[in-house]
Amino acid sequence: MSAATAPLAASGPATGEGRQGFGHLMLSEWTKIRSVRSTVWSLAILIVLTLVFTALFMKMGIANWDKTSPAQQAEMRLDPTGTILGSGILLSQLAVCVLGVMAIASEYSTGMIRASLLAVPRRVPVLAAKATVFALLVGAVGEVTAFGSFFLGAPILHDKAPVALGDPGVLRAVVGCGLYLALLGLFALAAGAVIRHTAASITAVVGFVLVITPMTDLLPGSAGEHIHAWMPTQAGFMITQQHARAGDLLGPWQGLGVFALWTAVLLAVAAVQLRRRDA
Amino acid sequence: MIEAKNLTKRYGDKTAVNDLSFTVEPGRVTGFLGPNGAGKSTTMRLLLGLDRPDAGTATVGGVPYRDLARPLRVVGALLEARAVHTGRSAYDHLLCLAQTQGIGRRRVGEVIEQVGLASVARKRAGGFSLGMGQRLGIAAALLGDPAALVLDEPVNGLDPEGILWIRNLMKSLAAEGRAVFVSSHLMNEMAVTADHLIVIGRGRLVADCSTEEFIERSTERSVLVRTPDGQLLAELLERQGATVTRTDDGDLDVTGLQAPRIAELAAADGLVLHELSTRRGSLEEAFMELTKDAVEYDAGLPAAGGVK
Repeated sequence: MSAATAPLAASGPATGEGRQGFGHLMLSEWTKIRSVRSTVWSLAILIVLTLVFTALFMKMGIANWDKTSPAQQAEMRLDPTGTILGSGILLSQLAVCVLGVMAIASEYSTGMIRASLLAVPRRVPVLAAKATVFALLVGAVGEVTAFGSFFLGAPILHDKAPVALGDPGVLRAVVGCGLYLALLGLFALAAGAVIRHTAASITAVVGFVLVITPMTDLLPGSAGEHIHAWMPTQAGFMITQQHARAGDLLGPWQGLGVFALWTAVLLAVAAVQLRRRDA
Repeated sequence: MIEAKNLTKRYGDKTAVNDLSFTVEPGRVTGFLGPNGAGKSTTMRLLLGLDRPDAGTATVGGVPYRDLARPLRVVGALLEARAVHTGRSAYDHLLCLAQTQGIGRRRVGEVIEQVGLASVARKRAGGFSLGMGQRLGIAAALLGDPAALVLDEPVNGLDPEGILWIRNLMKSLAAEGRAVFVSSHLMNEMAVTADHLIVIGRGRLVADCSTEEFIERSTERSVLVRTPDGQLLAELLERQGATVTRTDDGDLDVTGLQAPRIAELAAADGLVLHELSTRRGSLEEAFMELTKDAVEYDAGLPAAGGVK
């Protein structure tokens, strides 16, 4: 067999100038994303709704300012950036989770994955290109929503909790919010690649992020605190805080790093499975 | 061109492909025949690197599919199951595949023209009929102008016009010197399309020969003789080594002697013949006969316990 391996590899038109470039694969993945209308619409709606909800929440916060508890007022004064970003992000989180899962699980549900793997039989580069393109896209959309939210929310809060982009920690929090969403997208994409079924993946990711993670806060003792702090999205979310709180176990960048680590592990599992499993 | 060597694939305790070896040569259409569940699709998936074999190797031009740098330029494949995102247009589907190999937009337009989908190329593939879906699959297979084609049941769901189209397409692709490997569970379809046949049953090789030879070998000839002197003629023919059976109508069904010889023998003994005709078993019958021991899902034997 090894003796017969050489001829076509040397002479065939297929193996001419090196292997498929990663740029080719990224271009292909970009075509895949932009050519499914539901994805494009979802992203557009995500931006608009997040901005609308942020404005709405901030207006409500101000309208109810006098009825708000002093503790909460202090919290908003301490961290207006986190207040602004945190209100809309619940919505964007949900959308990013669903889109991340769909980006890969829809290939399995429609059978497209077979065409993709026939074109790129080494497989892992498909995942890498898809993850890169999706993360860039969600990152860009995330930054737009983060900056949009900030510039929309800051003037509304101004009278009660003034904040400017130049204040310490603010720019980092706003930029970090976009990064957080990009990572979350990757996290969901990796989960979709491992689970392969759209509905099951969405349930798992959304359940994990929105239900299980908050629930770990109820775990008792220092162990419970640590588990909660190191949960992927809990850790990642630290980046959106303007100031550290007493009792924070992770700093903003540390937290994002923890989230990145979780995501990298999940992506690695996805890559190994992609290589090993029959398509 | 395409070579399978001792290919084996098991799913749990079920062996889907069992020590299968064959070669698909360029310049001809090689039919891959077998009843449903014989392992045709699995074999093709092994050739295309979608499944990993438990033993043996599958290569294209000596190279395992997974090691091809630009596979679509070497092998074009149509899989049995659809492999298209339903939310994407035919054009974008082909474009995203083309881009992985550095194939340009012009080629995408060409194959769309070639398979006759130009008018619906911008429509969502999810709305395509089975036949249009097959044409889109063929377009994807042709995209890289490959030297070999692997087509799993390409006539499935096509109307007669479509069947004729694909038949001619496969023949012309082979005439251009490409290796065309096409699976089917329909013997008659293969008889008019394929130059060479690889027949499998239960994952094992049953036959590997030219279509002509297969037909010759599998459709044993018998001669129907209608005669008032049935008893005498039967004895006479049996003495000459023929096997004679009587039909319900009292006619003779003769194997082992050809019609002219029977006529000569009858004439020599002064026996009267009312009818003398050579019969060929149908190809479909021959195929069923050949693979009957190898049918995976036999509707006739519910007692045998169904699947697994």
